[in-house]
Amino acid sequence: MTRPVGVGVGPERPDVVVVGAGIVGAACALALVRESLDVLIIDAAFAGGGTTAAAMGHLVVMDDSPAQLALTAYSRAVWERMADELPAGCEYEMRGTLWVAEAEAELDAARTKQAVYAAHGVESSIVNADELARMEPALRRGLAGALFVPGDGVLYPPNAARWCVERAVALGARLREHCAAIAIGAGAVRVRGASGAEETISAGAIVNAAGVDAPHLTSGLPIIPRKGHLVITDRYPGLCHSQLVELGYLRSAHGLGGESVAFNVQPRATGQLLIGSSRELVGRDASVNGAVLGAMVRRAISFVPALAGCDAIRVWTGFRPATPDGVPLIGRWEREPGVWIAAGHEGLGITTAPGTAALIAADIAGRAAPFDAAPYRPVRAMPRMHGADAPEAACPAT
Amino acid sequence: MSRDVTITVDGRPLAAPAGATLASALLGAGVTHFRTSVSGEPRAPVCGMGVCFECRVTVDGRPHQRSCLVPCADGMRVETAPNAMAPAASPASAGDGTVVCDVAVVGGGPAGIAAAASAAEGGARVVVIDQGMRPGGQIWRHRTAASLPRAARAWIERAERALDGAGSTWLARTSVFDASAGDGIVLRLTGDGAASPAVVRARRLVVAMGARELFLPFPGWTLPGVMGLGGAQALLKGGMTVRGRRAAVAGSGPLLLPVAAALARAGARVVSVTEQAPLGQAAAFGAGLWSHPSKLWQALGYGRSLLGTRMRFGTWVAAAEGAVDRVERVRLTNGRRTWTVSCDLVCCSYGFVPNLELARLLGCDVQRGRVVVDGRQRTSLPNVWCAGEPTGVAGEASAIIEGRIAGLDAAGADDAAVPAGLRRARDAWQRFGDRLTEAFRPRDEVRRLAAESTIVCRCEDVRRGALDPSWTMRQAKLYTRVTMGPCQGMMCGAACTSLFGWSPGTVRPPVTGAEVARLA
Repeated sequence: MTRPVGVGVGPERPDVVVVGAGIVGAACALALVRESLDVLIIDAAFAGGGTTAAAMGHLVVMDDSPAQLALTAYSRAVWERMADELPAGCEYEMRGTLWVAEAEAELDAARTKQAVYAAHGVESSIVNADELARMEPALRRGLAGALFVPGDGVLYPPNAARWCVERAVALGARLREHCAAIAIGAGAVRVRGASGAEETISAGAIVNAAGVDAPHLTSGLPIIPRKGHLVITDRYPGLCHSQLVELGYLRSAHGLGGESVAFNVQPRATGQLLIGSSRELVGRDASVNGAVLGAMVRRAISFVPALAGCDAIRVWTGFRPATPDGVPLIGRWEREPGVWIAAGHEGLGITTAPGTAALIAADIAGRAAPFDAAPYRPVRAMPRMHGADAPEAACPAT
Repeated sequence: MSRDVTITVDGRPLAAPAGATLASALLGAGVTHFRTSVSGEPRAPVCGMGVCFECRVTVDGRPHQRSCLVPCADGMRVETAPNAMAPAASPASAGDGTVVCDVAVVGGGPAGIAAAASAAEGGARVVVIDQGMRPGGQIWRHRTAASLPRAARAWIERAERALDGAGSTWLARTSVFDASAGDGIVLRLTGDGAASPAVVRARRLVVAMGARELFLPFPGWTLPGVMGLGGAQALLKGGMTVRGRRAAVAGSGPLLLPVAAALARAGARVVSVTEQAPLGQAAAFGAGLWSHPSKLWQALGYGRSLLGTRMRFGTWVAAAEGAVDRVERVRLTNGRRTWTVSCDLVCCSYGFVPNLELARLLGCDVQRGRVVVDGRQRTSLPNVWCAGEPTGVAGEASAIIEGRIAGLDAAGADDAAVPAGLRRARDAWQRFGDRLTEAFRPRDEVRRLAAESTIVCRCEDVRRGALDPSWTMRQAKLYTRVTMGPCQGMMCGAACTSLFGWSPGTVRPPVTGAEVARLA
């Protein structure tokens, strides 16, 4: 393997610094070290402790855009191939997704979705009302049916990130936790350690994988925090079997609209149920919004009435790094030499980390991308953002 | 006892004493396997007061019910772990409506009772929210009023009289899972009380949540039959029969002797009583009282029931051992020598941990593990008072005084109405509490008893070896789920602090589990 980024040798000057050990940074670090590059991973806290820690861990193929479909389908297949390697703590399970249709019109939309999936080689099937009731007896009666995507999975995100980082370290990468990047530029990262001491680390390549913090390190990145709530219950094994999502979720997740909730319930390997989901643009206020939480929970109960009597043991919030066009920013940042971006994955970071890592590693190593990288390039035309935290500089057209 | 009730346990009928808790009735009937832990171990009650979640069973089709909080009722159907088939949860008996009052009191022990009585006597409309079946909290827990000490009975009757007026209520078997203290107090409730409202709105709030026991993990502490000192006391008061059983009483603090005596009175054979604090340290506390243990026993009236059992100081439980579903013996050590005592019960805990979660959720100033209060029991928030153990563990007498001051002040009594003598007494009791805590501080050896394979978090079965001391608390939570189970870290949070120096994280609602419908 050549060292296309040049002169990186020894601890003082790694080939690559990956900023952020969330699932995306962790996967990038692992892919880069597999390219025989000398990799340093830094994180302001610890592996998997940011947005990753708050994530549901639904590995799901989505088709909001051709770019999203290509990235999610590629990535889901990688997770599936890695399943045997993942330790038990990652709790990988191929539970499948049921996209639930409330009315016949939605089932028509599901048929369209099925055709798109089929054209992309993603297996799915239409489930009628009776079959749905047999598959998921806890769902309320009278639903029209569902689209079943059997290959979708579930993962415990913090441990998945931790495993990627530990694998990378086992293969020679170095990890510095509690080390915050405070500036990225000109082939170097300025960092502040736990003691407060600052230093500059030079590197051939810097990957900004800082999620919602990425725009603070690379100005001009069109990423805003999109808040979500999750509830977890005590253990009720067997109450639900697949990840249950209403087709209306696609409306909630699409674009960068205001407040919305959708029915999205995930049975975990532990027997616990994760109840989502909500979307809000309120900056970085992490407090639980009772009104949004209430609407989200009522929506979930309307689909699975038995949830009403299950004990909720914890509620938390997290921030999805959202972009205006719903596609993550992956690739070279042309305004600053030596800087790559791997951020802006909204609610799909856990799913799409492997595909992101493959694109970043191929680009830095100077190899051909495993699939068309063009749609994800950070410098591209974007709709304007209206979020509370919208960075001042919108991304210009290429 | 008036009469027995008949419940069905795993399909078989069981006669239970009227007024007994389900946990006590099951233990008395010899049940050792209440629930199956997430790694497949049998578990049985530990705390007896709703904290540990080890006593969960399925009651009338509803899974995960804490049997220590459920009163036995005729016709009740109970399934224990080997038989519970993960039934679907039935819809919640969600309470409805809002109750409005002047002063809300959370906690129905001595502090809460004194606060509620004082505030109501001062003319305030008072609502008390308490997890227990009957007023009294832990120390005044009872099945019949006749079994209570006279002073306790007098306070409970006084509170009942004071709350008899219009607009005042006692909400039993009810907990606060979310709270805010903006312009007014808003408390969101969960519980089985049929009449329990969903929300209490109050002008002022007295937090009187008491304390829970401090448990420090040791090898075998998860075996059925190992429980807390306060746990044993609560389960005895709840109707647990122990006649003929051999009990090892251990741990630390002033509960040791009363619990040993209560077990003996109930017909158990107390095979050992061991206090981890060295005699000298304990003696320094008691102004001479503790230097003469036999005299102390007589003085406290425990001597006769414990005749023949010698109390050892500077001795602690190194491990509990037995079959998979029951403890059979305990290994004791004084650091030089280790010996084994056969037993059926091990009662062991190390003092108290104040319940700070509600005060922390509201945003009250908490320093060095105590809610900061002024001379009138006012917290840093203008409409929140705090009384009893959360302001510093000092016991029943101190809690009553603090409750009285808080209740009077919260009801709007002018300064002169709060007798200066009360404040002096309060300060004296706080000093007593500090000396008590110091005298019975767990020694380093008992803080480090957990072996690699010892479970630290009983809800999630996280073993000590899975926890990396270099992590932060949050890291440990996310990687292992330690403290993340239904007990919300009420059991293992203190153990994590003790073993690794990790401090508890932020407090978020729900501070206790609540049916999903309650969040809607």
